[in-house]
Amino acid sequence: MIDIRNLTLSIHGTDILHDVSLQIPQGQIFGLVGESGSGKSMTALALMQLLPQGGKTSGQVMVDETDVSTLGEADMCALRGNEIGMIFQEPMTALNPVKNIGDQVAETLLIHGQAKKSEAHTKARAMLDRVGLPADRFPLTRYPHELSGGQRQRVCIAMAIALRPKLLIADEPTTALDVTTQAQILDLLQELVREENMSLLLITHDLAVVAGMADHVAVMQNGVIVEQGQTEHLFRHMTHPYTRQLFEASSHQPDRDSDSKDAPILEVINAVREYKAPRTKLFHTAPPIRAVNDVSFTLKSGESLGLVGESGCGKSTLTRAILGLDPVQSGEIKLFGHAVGPDLPIKQRAAIQVVFQDPYGSFNPRWKVSRLVAEPFHMIDALPTDWREKVADALVSVGMHADDMDKYIHEFSGGQRQRIAIARALILRPEIIVLDEAVSALDVSIRAQILDLLAYLQKRMGLAYLFISHDLTVVRAITDRVLVMQAGKIVEQGETEQVFDHPKHPYTKQLLDAAPQIPSDWQEKKHA
Amino acid sequence: MIRFATFRLLSLTLSLIAASIVVFAVIEIIPGDTASYMLGLNATPEAVEALRNQLGLSGSIPERYIAWAGGLLTGDFGQSYTYRVPVSELILDRIWISIPLTLYALILSTVIAFPVGLISAARRGKLSDYSIMGATQLGIAIPNFWFAMLLVLIFAVNLHWFSAGGFPGWAGGFWPATKALTLPAIALALPQASILARVMRSSLLETLTQDYIRSARAKGLTRGQALRRHALRNAMIPVLTIIGMQFSFLLAGAIIIENVFFIPGLGKLIFQGITQRDLIVVESTVMLLVFAVILVTFIVDVAYAAVDPRLRTRK
Repeated sequence: MIDIRNLTLSIHGTDILHDVSLQIPQGQIFGLVGESGSGKSMTALALMQLLPQGGKTSGQVMVDETDVSTLGEADMCALRGNEIGMIFQEPMTALNPVKNIGDQVAETLLIHGQAKKSEAHTKARAMLDRVGLPADRFPLTRYPHELSGGQRQRVCIAMAIALRPKLLIADEPTTALDVTTQAQILDLLQELVREENMSLLLITHDLAVVAGMADHVAVMQNGVIVEQGQTEHLFRHMTHPYTRQLFEASSHQPDRDSDSKDAPILEVINAVREYKAPRTKLFHTAPPIRAVNDVSFTLKSGESLGLVGESGCGKSTLTRAILGLDPVQSGEIKLFGHAVGPDLPIKQRAAIQVVFQDPYGSFNPRWKVSRLVAEPFHMIDALPTDWREKVADALVSVGMHADDMDKYIHEFSGGQRQRIAIARALILRPEIIVLDEAVSALDVSIRAQILDLLAYLQKRMGLAYLFISHDLTVVRAITDRVLVMQAGKIVEQGETEQVFDHPKHPYTKQLLDAAPQIPSDWQEKKHA
Repeated sequence: MIRFATFRLLSLTLSLIAASIVVFAVIEIIPGDTASYMLGLNATPEAVEALRNQLGLSGSIPERYIAWAGGLLTGDFGQSYTYRVPVSELILDRIWISIPLTLYALILSTVIAFPVGLISAARRGKLSDYSIMGATQLGIAIPNFWFAMLLVLIFAVNLHWFSAGGFPGWAGGFWPATKALTLPAIALALPQASILARVMRSSLLETLTQDYIRSARAKGLTRGQALRRHALRNAMIPVLTIIGMQFSFLLAGAIIIENVFFIPGLGKLIFQGITQRDLIVVESTVMLLVFAVILVTFIVDVAYAAVDPRLRTRK
């Protein structure tokens, strides 16, 4: 039994958590939900006493009969990994790249003196078997870089549960993973809780994940738990407005209607894009990797087309080819009837613009917003004399203020930055905008606002969208047609509703099954 | 690992060939012909031609390149005209001073820098960190010849612990020779140790912010254990790069210190070769240094792979 009583935290005098109280009974899953900055992760780090410098806590953290908040650093070291284990969001970087997985799992046992050097590896082997990494394919001598994201997360889990802790904290354990991998990791966690009689504190921004997993849920906003209760009860009743807001934002359906014309403006015909594979032998060239394999589709004027698939399926390679950043080896990509390539006329090239995923990395931090938004003008002959007015118009049309153009990008939040990225894409009055995971890094409520904005802009300017995402809910909400991509091929395409309601290809079915969902009857009751 | 080393060896050989062509070409382009320089302004063209033949300087450029490069491979580095002895002899005399001095300085610098960098990173923002960083700043700022003279003044002139300069040779035994190299090695090591300690510190601090350090702490490692067991090896890559560069620099860059301590090293040999237009000495010694630098780069590359498994699978 884990019992947190009135946990309050401030870092360098700034209040982070306020009177957080929650109880996690043995063998149960407790979901902690909230948006970024709400204090979810800080709650976990406060529990572990792994806070950043300057953190001050008060309140009690009871693990069975011990108040761990009173323990010193040496006692906490003995407790971490032993009584409380923790896994984190980013499995790609959570393991030491220069140590093999066997050593890293065994280290948990050795550090706590729970195994001799000779036995530690045998026990580590058993733990890796336990988390679904069998010895024949995953010997202890494997290094992290030889494993996929999901496999690395399994290693992290093995490390965290090697000593069968009473509590496992999982901080966004599947956020960086594909849906099918996410489903497998969540299954594993559930199975471990059941079989090891462990408690699990599952921290996530995704309501659907907790709906399918947790016994209890707490919703957190600005360092305060605004509502908590038994999962089904909480979802059915939702007393706090923030909970409702989160819930509505996560299944937000922007107000849009399809207004596509028949004229195809982007045609992809049997496109193939290959990469050289690394040499395996000195005088032997490996066959190339086919990232995009015989892909054909069209995008019509004013249409919203979705492209879904898991990481590594070739979505980004295809996007790069469409934007003319990489040539195709065979087949053709035509924009407004002209082949994409170095000879594409400027006017046609200017009519396709792009918005990328990361609102933090896609701007030059030393430029003012005016220059950032006006940058696409370098494509056309000269900077128009009224460029500042045009920038102001573009900013206003994405819901920003014209005065924002004299600020620097670090003064804006993630959602605002994504609006500025859209303004930059709009400045040349394009006909097509490619949205490459454009809302994936955003919180649900911000995401809902950006989706509304996109729907509004489409209606007003008759834009066509190519919407690339791994997030099926979002694709369903914003697109008319959808393409499902697997291993470089389009395996299914059709009207969005048709594909989602009656998937034909087994891969589409698998994707849809894997996506976590809030049971539909919980939602109906609430609306009634 | 073996494949990695083989690939690296191959590229090492190619680099050497390319470097030898460049060195040869540069010496060819430099105005001033050895033969006419040796014979003075009043020499007849016939006499110059005769001397050129004698020195092996006649023939077409490719012929001479092949003769020179072939000579290098068999250990025949040509004849120095100022010393009138084979260049190989001159180099051999000096290399047994320069290489030990370089290694000595490098070992000193590493032995000082590692603990200092480690302590500084572990105690970041504390008084000891600030003091160490201040001291290393000073170590970089002080000109090493001035520091060398200070060392002579204190340890040779006043305390009489060491001699003020000169080198007795290895024939007189290991300890007297090592002792003679101690003050020069310290003078050389100080700025290098300061740089290395700073690189070590910043590299460790960078590594300590990584996610896997957080994972290690969540497993129950103390701050110090996480630093030693997880951060140290990951922080080694930039440190190894600097050590490799320092070796190359020290090997020929010790010339000022060699002068302060009257030590006949490679740096001094090249300097004399240049001032006296003894181009064959310059050519061969530079080539030897290029070889040393490329060899060290190779060793550093292999060390990277030993430290980081990700580099082993990549070609």
